[in-house]
Amino acid sequence: MLLLISALNFGLVFALLGLGVYISFRIFHFADITADGSFALGGAATTAMLISGWSPLLSTLGGFLAGMLAGSSTGILHTTFKIHGLLSGILVTTALYSINLRVLGRSNVSLTDSPTLSKSWAELSKICFGDQQRHNLFGWMVGAQDLANLLFLTILVVFLGIGLFAFLKTNLGAAMRAAGDNAQMIRALGASDKVLLIFGLALANGLIALSGSLLAQCQEFADVQMGIGMVVWGLASVIIGESLVGSSRFGVLIAGTVIGSILFRMMIAIALRCGLNPNDLKLITAVFVFLALVAPRWLKALKLKFNSDAVGEADHAQGL
Amino acid sequence: MLRVSEVVKTFYPGTPNEVRSLRGVSFTMEPGSFTNVIGTNGSGKSTMLNAVAGVFLVDSGRVELAGDDITGWTEHQRARRIGRVFQNPFSGSAPTMTVAENLALAARRGMSRGLGWSLSTTLRGQIAERLRSLKMGLEDRLDNPIGNLSGGQRQAITLLMATWHKPDLLLLDEHTAALDPRSADQVIRLTHEIVAQDRLTTLMVTHSMQQAVHLGDRILMMHKGEFVADLSGSQKARLRPEDLLSRFDELRRRDQLTPAVGDMLEKLYV
Repeated sequence: MLLLISALNFGLVFALLGLGVYISFRIFHFADITADGSFALGGAATTAMLISGWSPLLSTLGGFLAGMLAGSSTGILHTTFKIHGLLSGILVTTALYSINLRVLGRSNVSLTDSPTLSKSWAELSKICFGDQQRHNLFGWMVGAQDLANLLFLTILVVFLGIGLFAFLKTNLGAAMRAAGDNAQMIRALGASDKVLLIFGLALANGLIALSGSLLAQCQEFADVQMGIGMVVWGLASVIIGESLVGSSRFGVLIAGTVIGSILFRMMIAIALRCGLNPNDLKLITAVFVFLALVAPRWLKALKLKFNSDAVGEADHAQGL
Repeated sequence: MLRVSEVVKTFYPGTPNEVRSLRGVSFTMEPGSFTNVIGTNGSGKSTMLNAVAGVFLVDSGRVELAGDDITGWTEHQRARRIGRVFQNPFSGSAPTMTVAENLALAARRGMSRGLGWSLSTTLRGQIAERLRSLKMGLEDRLDNPIGNLSGGQRQAITLLMATWHKPDLLLLDEHTAALDPRSADQVIRLTHEIVAQDRLTTLMVTHSMQQAVHLGDRILMMHKGEFVADLSGSQKARLRPEDLLSRFDELRRRDQLTPAVGDMLEKLYV
């Protein structure tokens, strides 16, 4: 049970990563690999701020803003300097590796002795639900910290998911969706598709950095390597979500991405429990995303082939 | 009012692929007038329209709209005052967004796009009402993704989007060329209605001689990046599609001779 609760918590933290990747990959059709750098940046910035005595809330906000800065850098490289999208992301991510090292001071920093958001809400839940080490959740005994994380992360993710949904319904959000869908059209309606892309990437990487910031606080350490492979993990959540909900409406897809992220963490937790070597995790994730990307096409081709075979046989049976 | 003066545009200058698309083009359009631009493929008519729309910046010359020099304005800055309908029916709308959402985006043309709801109940009502005036039954498909609609339906909606707020200038770039004949007729009828109703200053590029003759009050004929004819008033009123075709034939015949011989013959016989 402990395993499931912690997988659930990780799933919720990475749901924000999924939402960020959803914005860049699905709304803007922009293969933004800045995620690898901005995820670690979020963790590093928040950790550095916490260590130097900032409040957890402000430090988390700082992580978010740092991510927005990274995202807009990628956007500006791509739009103003006309660098290929993928390369813009690679440049910013490479630069961020050094920046993250500078921000953290060394390659990994512990937050055990610092206040964090997750410690704050553990305190808060102690006040609300009493000072016990373990709580009874539907018959399972769950650690107080895990339960507090679960409660507050759920509230946060639901709040941000609804917030993103509402934002995409505003004039600015609708213009962003249009810019991703048909840039020529939004230009012809008097809005700059470049500015919209920069803002979109800033928002996406802000969410991704927030995810990194929350991860650092929940696991109580930050590492400059913590961002490696995050694009693919985020993409996995988005793809699982899409195949689960089977709808193209963005409200449903946002919910799908959150559920996809949780399911993906569950699957990983179970696989690790069954003896999967943690070092193989990223290989398996990459293969999984590859299969999820090509499977729909293969299935379609297979179906077409099957149908034409069936038609051919029917024709044959009629003596044609 | 639109004033284009001595506009020059050369693509790939200094390379073997150099194309002198516009060689000093000038013309003026009065407010509320409707001008057609015709010309052979590669004559520069679409380039001219794009120069006005700001798709690229011109090498030299000036473009003025309603008293402002817009020569240095970017495409989206100009789009605050210019409505456009493209040749490709898929270019003018966002396919995954609904009909109502697309029109709501057009309703914010020239305004800030902030955090207000893009689709209020009032706006929805207005959208349904305007769609009803198209008489295509589109008011019942407000919540369908626009990508599910036919080319003709999308082009009609793009026309509505381009003219939602009365633009200083409406640019139509062969907007019926990619449609089947029936849809093309319908879109031309709508164009005529909307332009007449709002007295829009309209610049239309077309390669349909029928459209050029029957719509608008002036025809500009382009050839090799220059205007070779400017027909308006009674001259345009008497014009038949065949007359335009014979003028094109004339141009084609002259092209087959070398420029020097062409000039000599022109001096001798014209």
